[in-house]
Amino acid sequence: MDPSTSRRPGGGVLRNRRISRRWAALGAVAAGLLLAGCNLPTFGAYRGATTQGQDAFKLWQGFFIAGIVVFAVVFFLILWAILRYRKRSDAIPPQTQYHTLVEIVYTVVPILIVLTLFGFTFVTENEVDAVTSKQVTVNVTAFQWGWQFQYPKYHVRVLGIETQDPTMVMPVGETVRIYLRSADVVHGFYVPAFNFSRYALPGVTNQFNLHATTTGTFRGQCTQYCGLYHSLMFFQVKVVSPSAFTTWVHRQGNSVTPTGSITSAKHQIATSGTGSI
Amino acid sequence: MTDVISPPIAGGGIATPLTSTATEAGGAGEHGPTGLLKWLTTTDHKVIGISYMVTAVVLFYIAGLLALGIRVQLTTPAGTFVTFQQYNELFTMHGSIMMYLFAGPFAFGGLANYVVPLQIGAPDMAFPRLNALSYWLFAGGSITMLLGFFVSGGAANFGWVAYAPLSTSTFTPGAGGDLWIMALVLTGFSAIFTGVNLVATIFYLRAPGMTMFRMPIFTWNMLVTGILILIAFPVLTAALVMLFADRHFGTHIYQVLGCHTVTGAPAPNACGSPVLWQNLFWFFGHPEVYILALPYFGMATTIFPTFSKRPVFGYKGMVFATMAIAALSTGVWAHHMFTTGVVLLPFFSLLSLLIAVPTGIKFFNWIGTMWRGQLVFKTPMLFAIGFLFAFLMGGVTGVMLASPPIDFFTHDTYFVVAHFHQVLFGTAVFAGFGGLYFWYPKMFGRMLNDKLGKWHFWLTFVGFWVTYLPQYVLGLRGMPRRVAHYPADLGWQSWNIASTIGAFLIAAGFFVLLVNLWISWRDPVLAGNNPWDAQTLEWFTTSPPPHHNYTHLPPIRSERPTWDYDHPDALTLRHGHSQVPPPPGNGSGPSGDGADRGPGGGTGGGTGGRAFVR
Repeated sequence: MDPSTSRRPGGGVLRNRRISRRWAALGAVAAGLLLAGCNLPTFGAYRGATTQGQDAFKLWQGFFIAGIVVFAVVFFLILWAILRYRKRSDAIPPQTQYHTLVEIVYTVVPILIVLTLFGFTFVTENEVDAVTSKQVTVNVTAFQWGWQFQYPKYHVRVLGIETQDPTMVMPVGETVRIYLRSADVVHGFYVPAFNFSRYALPGVTNQFNLHATTTGTFRGQCTQYCGLYHSLMFFQVKVVSPSAFTTWVHRQGNSVTPTGSITSAKHQIATSGTGSI
Repeated sequence: MTDVISPPIAGGGIATPLTSTATEAGGAGEHGPTGLLKWLTTTDHKVIGISYMVTAVVLFYIAGLLALGIRVQLTTPAGTFVTFQQYNELFTMHGSIMMYLFAGPFAFGGLANYVVPLQIGAPDMAFPRLNALSYWLFAGGSITMLLGFFVSGGAANFGWVAYAPLSTSTFTPGAGGDLWIMALVLTGFSAIFTGVNLVATIFYLRAPGMTMFRMPIFTWNMLVTGILILIAFPVLTAALVMLFADRHFGTHIYQVLGCHTVTGAPAPNACGSPVLWQNLFWFFGHPEVYILALPYFGMATTIFPTFSKRPVFGYKGMVFATMAIAALSTGVWAHHMFTTGVVLLPFFSLLSLLIAVPTGIKFFNWIGTMWRGQLVFKTPMLFAIGFLFAFLMGGVTGVMLASPPIDFFTHDTYFVVAHFHQVLFGTAVFAGFGGLYFWYPKMFGRMLNDKLGKWHFWLTFVGFWVTYLPQYVLGLRGMPRRVAHYPADLGWQSWNIASTIGAFLIAAGFFVLLVNLWISWRDPVLAGNNPWDAQTLEWFTTSPPPHHNYTHLPPIRSERPTWDYDHPDALTLRHGHSQVPPPPGNGSGPSGDGADRGPGGGTGGGTGGRAFVR
């Protein structure tokens, strides 16, 4: 028994009741979140316009909730310590240095949390990275500072530099295989609405699948810093119905090559704020 | 056992005005050169440590100004404050200076150099001349890097990570890049030499009684950091030499240009591998993150017990947590490369997630140290608590980034920028400047003004959240890092303006620090040996300490000999043995109530406690 406990009989009981009430409130919030089910908030991320993006989004929600819980627990422990144990007297406080049970708990619980998170990560990762079947193939080549989208089956090539964002057209509901390459330095193929990015590495061909579930136009951008005009390396992804896609590929000539110089591109961006197609 | 002397002037810490003649008394009894020549030729770890810290703080202010330039540029979508070229130099040099020239040297070359020999009762470092060489290599390297601003073509502009092949001469010709490489080779050797020096000092120069498990956590962390430096920095140096060869000797170690056609078909001549640079760089780079973090953990772990009047809770657990972090940190480098598509995701994901466990243990150690203490919120304590909150947020978002599917859409966005600024700012700035406020009285024998210190803290703390929380939002909305422009129609501007306002709040805080340093120089307030009632050995000697640190040592029977010496009555409270009555004059007794709860509470923790050697 600690001497301080006996000095204030009842104090501990009162506090225990307060603590159990706090835990009850926390449990209610957690239950509420669970009951809300698929109506969980997005926590700032995109819901994902591809099946892969939606898988990543669900994982994000799970991680965010776990993050909030861990953050809240530790946050209130710190807050409690600094509010409750402000200096109140000149007494030397107890010099307790070890508490085996507590130490075991705060080692084992994080391990369990981390292993759970890893389990969900592993499953989602395999879904997002799976390159099984494909219906459409696009060869994407990144270069300083633009993009080329080539559809080998249809002999279509779309090219864009800083002055003009190129558009990658793809069908909804079909699996598109992207073969991603770089012509010079490392670039990053990033479509925020798809919750996905992948490096374009010189000397390496990266491949991944995109299976869009909604039509629309989504912005894309180079994320990996690639030199002077990295900021201007935009592209668009236009998801259309399969029939519209077929119409589009057959209407295209061999290539679309916009003109313009880097200097004028910079000027245009500086004045209009964004490049447009 | 060393002689036990009469109690030093300790505790209390009543600050009194000091005459200017008395401040010079610190290093009395020395012979040899004085003034500038003394500084240039010194091998005293204390002078070298202070030189390191002053240089690093000057560089911190320079890099901070560069950061303000970045923030001003981003207040408008089509920022016109600087050109693209200048912007790329700004963020490259901001990152490089903060990572290589401030955060590491401030803590490891500076504070560790100053404090560790004092803390283990050594007269100096094991190799004093090597120590001086370390400093001059660091100073030379720092100047070399800054010189980039004055050469044609400007400073290095390939980012602080210098990804090949962008960093090769094909894509980034010019002397700026070469100076950057040279600067890192010089400062890299400086770090390696300091690492050797500190490891040798800690292993061989501990005072009688200072066993390994009586070393303060600060010293433990510096030992582990030193070992990490010896693992990580040689790899960086080797990688830099190869990069230099690619730039100037026509090798193809990191580049493939001329090896592959645009479509990726291999050509007959030998090809390099750009991803090799990333592997080598991050094999250095991730241990480097902990090389930058562990010393600051050590500072916080010194500050919490002092201002709680408690021992470090779970001392041994914390030592092993530090070792676990160091071990894991050498096996997680590829989590910076999840989106390359050429690394084994599950392995690096699992190891990265596991780092959260020892880091979590440290959090509970810090909370447990404060638990049931008598907390006094002097400036160092405020900064240490600021570090806890900052690092908590940065740590939680770090766990998210350790999951590859989440990293895929946050990598290279402002989400990552916000994450690593929260951890690095949390450690190097909050814990680091907490450490500065804490050890400043020991170094100079005078106090920093507490009221101004609190202004510094609150401006920095508020500015910190205002700067970085909007960046998480920007990252999730898809704003990439390292962009000088962004589209105007995406609603990013208001978040960027908020972030810039926060940056200026931080800058205001650091202006207050300058005022504070100026006041302490002009109008000194005497510190005394131990103004904080601190616990570790360095507070036993005078402030500033004499040339060879100690004339006498107290008995060293725990990791806090000064506390044991100053509070002989508190020894009995150590393991919460209730049969021992509270020392006389303690009034209401320890802690009052609530002893039945939480970490550190109760009597169940008898195991693991260390018996005192009598």
